[in-house]
Amino acid sequence: MASEAHGAEEGGLVFHPMDQFIIKPLFGGDEIGLFTVTNATLWMALAVLGIIVMMVIGTRSRAIVPSRSQSVAELAYGFIYKMVEDVAGKDAVKFFPYIMTLFMFIVFANFLGLIPMSFTTTSHFAVTVVLALLVFLTVTIVGFVKNGMGFLGLFWVSSAPLALRPILAIIELISYFVRPVSHSIRLAGNVMAGHAVIKVFAGFAAIAVVSPVSVVAITAMYGLEVLVSFIQAYVFTILTCVYLKDALHPSH
Amino acid sequence: MATETHEATSHAADAAASAPGMPQLDFSNWGNQIFWLLVTLVVIYFVLSRIALPRIANVLAERQGTITNDIAAAEQLKAKAADAEDAYNKALADARAEAQRIVAEAKAEIQADLDAATAKADAEIAAKAAESEKAIAEIRAGALESVKVVAADTAAEIVSALGGQADDGTVVAAIDTRMKG
Repeated sequence: MASEAHGAEEGGLVFHPMDQFIIKPLFGGDEIGLFTVTNATLWMALAVLGIIVMMVIGTRSRAIVPSRSQSVAELAYGFIYKMVEDVAGKDAVKFFPYIMTLFMFIVFANFLGLIPMSFTTTSHFAVTVVLALLVFLTVTIVGFVKNGMGFLGLFWVSSAPLALRPILAIIELISYFVRPVSHSIRLAGNVMAGHAVIKVFAGFAAIAVVSPVSVVAITAMYGLEVLVSFIQAYVFTILTCVYLKDALHPSH
Repeated sequence: MATETHEATSHAADAAASAPGMPQLDFSNWGNQIFWLLVTLVVIYFVLSRIALPRIANVLAERQGTITNDIAAAEQLKAKAADAEDAYNKALADARAEAQRIVAEAKAEIQADLDAATAKADAEIAAKAAESEKAIAEIRAGALESVKVVAADTAAEIVSALGGQADDGTVVAAIDTRMKG
């Protein structure tokens, strides 16, 4: 009631949909130094914990006939392994632990972020940009190490008419360097937008008349966000595989 | 009302505390986030690549091995069963052939025995018949002799009854002549 009156005072509702993304030191103080333990740190640590529970503790029995938890771990393993093998090729399998790390982190961060009052680490560009740059650097370095200068063939579309090739090369080059940008903004943008929209609907819930609609909308958005959480992790991972395939087999 | 005023003041403070735009673009804490992210990724990477993934790979390989072995064992058992069935069928066929052979043998033996017995019986019958014939002939000869004696006696009696004098030699000769006729 108070906030409603307050909102009316200011001539409209007051929303702080972005406040949920504020990074705060966990143990008091205002300064955020390089090593300060913040809420972001806490939720990253919880993601690590979740991964350990699922992948290590879940498989501790090493059973031939898997238990339920072991099945889940095996499912995740098989899902990413098959993706790497199918999309990036058999020789990309040695990057499997790396890709699995990315996938598990993103999926856990996304789903932990769906817990009410939690903090979503993958909604921050600082996180996704680093993830995307890691992929970009890995792919570029692997491309040059594996193929030498032949990696530049990626930009020289040999199947196109000769006159078009320089233009295509410029386009390809631009698209190559845009990859980490789109790669990172896609993930953080999706996660952030969903969470912000839920928060906006939650703000509307303060008005008695629209609150039922608002609660239904929050529920619907939450369902959508569950999908988005998985799909964005999947998209990030499969794009990593696609980029890796370019590095390993640069010929079109 | 007190809460309202309190909220109003705290709101002003909030407005200062909450980021004007996106907290994501507050670059002052990027270093902190990146540091903890790298720590997180390194920890996850080591946990996965050192413990979890090799373990799961092992389990999957082991399961594949077990399945392959089981299928091979099943295949082997199936082959064994087929062999056993073949052996059984062969034994059955052998037994049947053996039985047929024994039956044929027994039949032949019985036939031989029967033939021998028949031949022996025939021979015995023939011998008996010959003996009987001989006895009959003897009897017949004996009877003829008796008839001759009786006839001679009777003839002599008749002759003497008629008052004649019967000579033995004549009577016998006369009877012989009659009987021949």
